This record gives sequence, C-alpha cells and structure tokens, in this order.
Amino acid sequence: MISIIVEVSKYLLLFFMLMFTWDVFRALGASSPEVRARRIGGQIALMMFFNCVGYFVLYIQTLDVVIIGIFVCVVIYLIITQLLFHIFYSRASFILVNVMSMLLSIGFLIQTRFDTGNAVKQIIIAAAATIISMFIPVIIRKWKGLQNFGIPCAIIGILLIGAVFAFAKVYSGGKLSVEIGGISFQFSEFVKITFVLFIAGMLKDITTFGQVMKVTVLAGIHVIILVISTDLGAALIYFMAYIVMVCVATHKLRYTFLGVGGMAVSAYAAYRLFSHVRVRVSVWRDPFQDYQGMGYQIVQGLFSICAGGWFGTGLMNGSPESIPLVTEDFIFAGICEEMGILFGICLIALCMGLYLVIVNIAMKLGNNFYKLIALGLGTEYAFQVFLTIGGQTKFIPLTGVTLPLVSYGGSSVMCTIFMLAIVQGLYVLRKDEDIQEEEAYEEEIQREQQLRTEQRKPKSGTGEFDTDDMERRIEEETEKSLYW
Amino acid sequence: MTQTTWKDGSRRRQKKAYTGKAYVFASYLFLFLFVAMIAYMVYFQVNESEQLLQSPYNNRLTVQQKNTIRGALLANDGSILAQTVNDENGNEVRVYNYGSLFAQTVGYTDYGNAGLEATQNYILMDSSETILDHISGDLTDRKRQGDDIVTSLDVAMQTAAYNALGGQKGAVVVLDADTSKVLASVSLPDFDPNTVAEDWETLNLEDSGSPFLNRGLQGLYEPGSTFKIVTTLAYLNEFGNDADFHFNCTGEYTQGTYTIHCSGNTAHGEQTLADAFANSCNCAFSYMATELLDSDALAEAAASVKFNQDFSFGLPSSTSRYSLDKTTKDGLTMQTAIGQGDTLATPIHMAMIAQSVYNNGEMLLPSFINQVQNINGNVVKTQGVDSLGTVMSQNAVSYLKSYMRGVVERGTASGAFADVPVTVCGKTGTAEYQNNDGYVHSWFVGFTDTGDNDIVFAVIIEEATEGETTAAQVAANMLKEYYGQ
Repeated sequence: MISIIVEVSKYLLLFFMLMFTWDVFRALGASSPEVRARRIGGQIALMMFFNCVGYFVLYIQTLDVVIIGIFVCVVIYLIITQLLFHIFYSRASFILVNVMSMLLSIGFLIQTRFDTGNAVKQIIIAAAATIISMFIPVIIRKWKGLQNFGIPCAIIGILLIGAVFAFAKVYSGGKLSVEIGGISFQFSEFVKITFVLFIAGMLKDITTFGQVMKVTVLAGIHVIILVISTDLGAALIYFMAYIVMVCVATHKLRYTFLGVGGMAVSAYAAYRLFSHVRVRVSVWRDPFQDYQGMGYQIVQGLFSICAGGWFGTGLMNGSPESIPLVTEDFIFAGICEEMGILFGICLIALCMGLYLVIVNIAMKLGNNFYKLIALGLGTEYAFQVFLTIGGQTKFIPLTGVTLPLVSYGGSSVMCTIFMLAIVQGLYVLRKDEDIQEEEAYEEEIQREQQLRTEQRKPKSGTGEFDTDDMERRIEEETEKSLYW
Repeated sequence: MTQTTWKDGSRRRQKKAYTGKAYVFASYLFLFLFVAMIAYMVYFQVNESEQLLQSPYNNRLTVQQKNTIRGALLANDGSILAQTVNDENGNEVRVYNYGSLFAQTVGYTDYGNAGLEATQNYILMDSSETILDHISGDLTDRKRQGDDIVTSLDVAMQTAAYNALGGQKGAVVVLDADTSKVLASVSLPDFDPNTVAEDWETLNLEDSGSPFLNRGLQGLYEPGSTFKIVTTLAYLNEFGNDADFHFNCTGEYTQGTYTIHCSGNTAHGEQTLADAFANSCNCAFSYMATELLDSDALAEAAASVKFNQDFSFGLPSSTSRYSLDKTTKDGLTMQTAIGQGDTLATPIHMAMIAQSVYNNGEMLLPSFINQVQNINGNVVKTQGVDSLGTVMSQNAVSYLKSYMRGVVERGTASGAFADVPVTVCGKTGTAEYQNNDGYVHSWFVGFTDTGDNDIVFAVIIEEATEGETTAAQVAANMLKEYYGQ
C-alpha cells in the first residue's frame, strides 16, 4: 500500500512543480498587476500542496515524528515570510519571494529526506537569514553612500578570501572555510556580494579604459586567490560576474571580446599551471578511468540521475546516499533520482525563472549603480546554477559548488537569501520612486492648473523655488513610505 | 532636476527598459546556457542512461533487489540456464541447472558477478509486468518479477562442444552462420556457478588455469595458419584471381637471413594457391608475402577484417592485434603471413572472419541475446542483428570458400572430418607461442556449408602436444555429436 502512495506521490510532486514553474513564467509574462497578484496566490497554494505531499511521503516511509515537526516549521516559515513581506514591503516582487520559497521548500524536503538534523539546521539558518534580510532594503534606501564604496568593498573581499586562504583548513578538497561557533563559514560566499558592490561602485559612471583596468586588476586578485585555493567554482562565478558587469557597464563590444578571449586564455593557463584543474577536466572526459578516485563521485551522480528515469524512484526509494557529498554538491542528482529527470528539468526552469525575474528588475531600474548590482547578483546566481547542475550531469567539468537555496550549507543559503533581499530592496526602491513620480506628476499637473488660474496674479516665487519645494515633498513622501 | 524630467519620468523609464540592449544580450546568453542544459538532460536520459544503468560498476540495483525477483536466463529453446527459486528456508537462491556447462558465459551473481548475469543485470532486475500486475503486487506485497532473457545459446550445441573438447584446456565458439548469434561458447577449465562462493579459493589458485577467463572471447592467441585466410584475402584483393600463382615448395624458404620451414619440413612440391592453402604451405605464403604482395596489402587486409578493433558482444572481450609496418624485416613479414609474429587473435574474432566468408563478405556482430520477455512471456525487446559491413569482395569470398573446402576435402583437415555427415569448409592452424617447450596452440576455424541452418565455429586447444586430439578433431567430434542426433 505504501508503495502505491509513494508511486502516486511522485507524479503529484512533479505536477505541483510543473504547475508552479509554468505559473512563474506566466506571471513573468503577465502585463497587468491584477493578473500577477492572482497568480501569486495560486503559487502559494501549489507550494503548500507540494510540501504536504512531500512530507507525508517521508513520514509514511520512515514513521519518524520529527518529520511532522519539520513540516510544521516549514509551513510556519513560509507563512511568516509571506506575512513579513506583505506587512513591511507590500510593494516587493512577490514572484521573487515565491520562487525563493519554492526553492527553499524543495531544499528543506530533500534535506529532510537525507538527514532530519541537517534539515532543522537549514531551516533555522534560512529563517534567521530571512529575518536579517528584512533590514537590507532599508539599508539600501537609506545609505546612498554605498555607491562610493567600490574600492573598500574590493579590499574587504580580497582580505576575507585571502585570510581564509592563509589560515583555513582545507575542507573536502575544493572549499575553504573557517569555523565560527561550530558553523563553518565560507567567505567566498559572502565575498560574492562585496565583489558585485565593488564592480558596480567603480563602474557606475566612469567607464574609461583606466577605470576598467583598475577593476580588472582588483577582480583578478580575487579570482587568482580562489584558483590557488582550489575553489574553482567560486573563481569561475566571480570571473563571469566581472565579465558581464564590465560589458554591460561599458556598452562596448570590444570588452565582450576581450572578456571572452581573456576567459579562454586564463582557462588554458589555469589548465597548464594547476594540476587540480587538469584532474577535473580529465575526470570530466572519462570519469570511469579513475573510478576508484576522483571519478567516483561523478559516476555515482550519473548512476543516480539514471536510476530514477523520467519520473524518479519516489522519495526514499532510491539510493542517492551512495554519492559522496550528495546533500551539498550533488543535490541535483539526488533530486533527479528520487523525483525524476522531469522534476530536475522543472527545477532548472525554475532557477532560470528566478534569474529572469532578477534581470527583469535590473532592466527596470533607473540608477546605473543599482542596475549593475542586480545584474551582477543575477549573473552570479545563474552561473552558479549552471556550474553545479552542468557539473553533476557531466555537461561541463565538475567544480563543486552548491545549488543555491537547495543544497545543504549555511553560508550558501544565507548569502543567497541576502542577495535576493538586495535585489528585492532595489525593486522596492524603484516601485517607490515610480509611485513618487506618479504623485509628483499629478501634483505637477495640479500645480500647472493652479499656475494657469493664478497666471494673472504676480508670481509668488521662482521656478527654482518650486522645484526645491517639490523635492522637499518627495523627501516627505519617502519618509512616509519608510515609516514602518 | 527640471520640470520636464519629472513630467515624463515614468515614460522615460519605460523607454529605458527597452534600450538596455546589453542586459537583454546577457540574459539571452544565460537563457541559452539553461536551455542547453535542459536539452542535454533530455539527450542524456534518452541516449546514455541505459548504458550507465548496465554499467558493471553500477551496484544501485541491490536496492531494487529488495522488491524484485531476478529474471531468468533461458536457452534459445526456453530451457532454464539460470533462475531464482526459494530454497527450503524460503530464501531466494540462484540456481544454474546446467552446472559448469555454461560457466563463463552465463556467469554468476551471488558472489560478485560475471558473465551475462553481470552485463544483463539491469534487464534481469527490471520488471515489465503489466500495470495491473504491478498494482496488485503492491497491494498484496508480492515482489515484482524481473524480465527473462532468452539467450541465443543452444543446449545441444553447447553440450556437443563441451563433450568434444573433452576436458582439454581451450575454447569453442559456435555462431549461427546467418545471424552470428552465439549458439555455444565453451571455455575450459571452468567452474560451477552454483558453488562459486564455496570454491572461490580453489578456483583462484595459481595452477587453477584461470577458470574465470572466457577464453573464446578474452583469450588472445597467435592465430597460426588460420591467419592464412587473411593473407590469401590480401592476395586476392591485389591480384583478383589465383591463375598466376605458382610455387615450388622444397620444405623451406629463405629470404635474406631468415628461413621458414613447412610443418615437419614436408616438401609440398608444385603448388597452386588452392594447394598451398589446403596443405597450409608456410613456404608458399612466405613467398607470397615477401615477393608478391604490396608492402601494406597485408595490413590493409587485416584492418578490413577488423583486427585492432573493439567489439561489444555483451560480454567482456579482448581486442585482436595486428602490427606490421612497411619497414619490417622480411623475417617478421614471413612470420606474420603465416600467423606468427606479433599477431594475436581471439577465437570469436577468427569465427567472425570465417562467418564473413560464409556470408558473402558481410561481417555480422555476434550477440548472445535473442529477446527479453516479461513474466507472462510477452516479448519486451528483440535483439536484432548488427552488421559490421562488407569486409570481403564477392570474388575473394568465392575463392576463399573453395580453398577452405579444399582444406577439409583433401588438405590438412581431411583426416579429421572423414566421418562428418555435413559439408565443412575451414582452416587448420598450429601456432607456436613464446616459451613453447614443444607445445603449440591448435586451431580450427570453419563453417558447415549445407545451405540450411549452417554454423560457424572456432576451436582453440591451448598447449596441445603431439598425439593429443587436435582442434580439427574436436570440431569434427562436435559436429558428429550434434548432427548425429
């Protein structure tokens, strides 16, 4: 009987995932805010159904009461997240909130399936990060000076990853971390944010060759430290973010070619210089040649993906535990095995959807600095997804990075939530500005009418004064909208 | 900030959203990466998944073992070669009804795994029950029944080959001449798959003679005179006919400083190509290779019959090796022409060459499986016949066939096949090998030529000594037993 329930459940989980993903893309395309709002309610319902079915299956497979506890926590987390945004940021992008929640839900579910202890830790970290992230939009709005912190951000980033390189213990061959209070932090995750702030700060309005060179040198130091410390995944993510941001900031095609050329040259140089790079490539070309060694993980990952077929084995029916580090670097393979390749494809599409939401926001922003930040963070996210999923499916060489929000790992989840909060902050800022403009525009019309009626009377002030007055009003409006 | 800026502020912003070409470009780039990844996932599942599932490294099925009863391996007539039954304690055990008869071919699964049990693991553990059976099984907690594999192995042929080999170290491979399906594959010494775990230590002793080695597919032997089929093919490819070939054999032939002898120093006298082939005249072929053939004709012929190529038969196999470049000294050229030198071949590959002669030059890939069926006997999958292409011309085939007939009619195998009730064509071989101490490998490669249900076979006797049964006699005995029934 249990096997029938599990069998049915895998189709249900796929169905909810498919509907959710479909809905996200529909909402992205929807023109009117009303349609969007309606869709967003549906998305929350799908997310809840997904969690109900998922945890129910886990419970009947294990009869472990902790799972019910986790389910309750997840539901509470999802509801509180929605409430927090509705109360404090009613103008937030709820697609962004929902996609983030869905990805976290998938992550919590699959982590619970592997280890309930890890899942609890993951939920606590996500909840803490979500609460902290509620302050981020305020900081962005208040602290305009952030724009001028390009070089300091670069220095902080270099110091952090440099310090980690100097002192850290090597953990699982590729990642460097330091332990603080029992939780290990990977600074390369946090530096992703400062890295984007640094490039955006330096290129927001000066895009001369000299300035680009300065950025290149500072970004290069980041990347080289990471390559030497064998954190190839992070190095590639930084490099990609750098190229995309430089190209977009300068609007010059020649930087694109330079970037692509530079990427090819440096990839080749890294291949010649570092044996760990060569090992990754040769294992990618034929993982079976070193089956007992480096190839073992990728081969087990591939077996895992195949084992489930299109629809998966059903939760707890597969054996993804046989992949080393499955909960972190190989979570996608584990998901494919038990939930199916079709679910995996939906997951890729959903990550793509999240990227599109971010780019969408970036394109609508007015301020160049903010635009660059949003695009930079989106690029880091998208490229990380590409690296991890592509690596696990042997599409590209494996670099051992996490799938943001889904993989187990405190700093990864925390940083991704922060990154999304920054994007959210930028979105809220733009919305507020839009509304202020609308109001200002209407006031303007009213004032013009007033002026017309008062035309015959002598002017009470200059035009400049009018503008000042208006700016003061805008300030007031801003204050009002901030008053929460 | 001027008034005009404010006036059309939001409209201006809207416009700006569309002018962010660089942003659109960047987002398309990443969209492309994602879509490529999705396309790759689909490609992966469709094209690569099955191979990975069947990989011998893949031990994931042990999980499936919990709720699936392993399917059976059947002979081509449905006789059960391997099946899972419950013993008196209700435990599932794998039973091999024919004991050691199919040892290396069927293999074993309980103590490690090997043979078809290993390579077909996925199919045997995969269940193609109907959905109704599936559901009723789930409801009643009945295990699923894995699919059965109908192999091409023929119990009568395997028994005949096994008996004919008479306990000598060696191998027999028998193929269906029209389809290249493997009818028999015997390799001695062998083992009993029912008791692999108990016998493990004995079987792995140094002097056990490698019983796990499937000599028919994995054994690499100097092909000896059976390679003259390839040398003759090279000659026919170059000259088209045998009208101009004449050689006077004096029992030995010298080129430069190297001298080749005919077997037993027999002087064969005046030889046509047909005579030289039938008598396996080493001198004639050495003369042919050094005086008549283009320097790379032999290499081309060897490559055309697929030396140095891997085959996937569905069981592990070795790759036949041929190497002789243009700078080679005459001594090695002569040795190579008569199947000594650096050439090594597997018995199944020599059988494939004979099969191409039978089959008008088209080489077919041998396989062990006819079909896969579910528990109700419904066919799930049928394994077809894979062609490896035409490897010999029609002209060469007609000459080779008559020469191979000559070997049995009046040549080196005429004695052995005297009482065999069917028409046989073939080629004998006696290969000296390194550290031989007077031992040789004895070969016979050939086919029956009756026009109906013909078979192709290769026989190798390792370390044969004078007076022991030769490979030709083993082949003859096998045919007598099989066709005598």
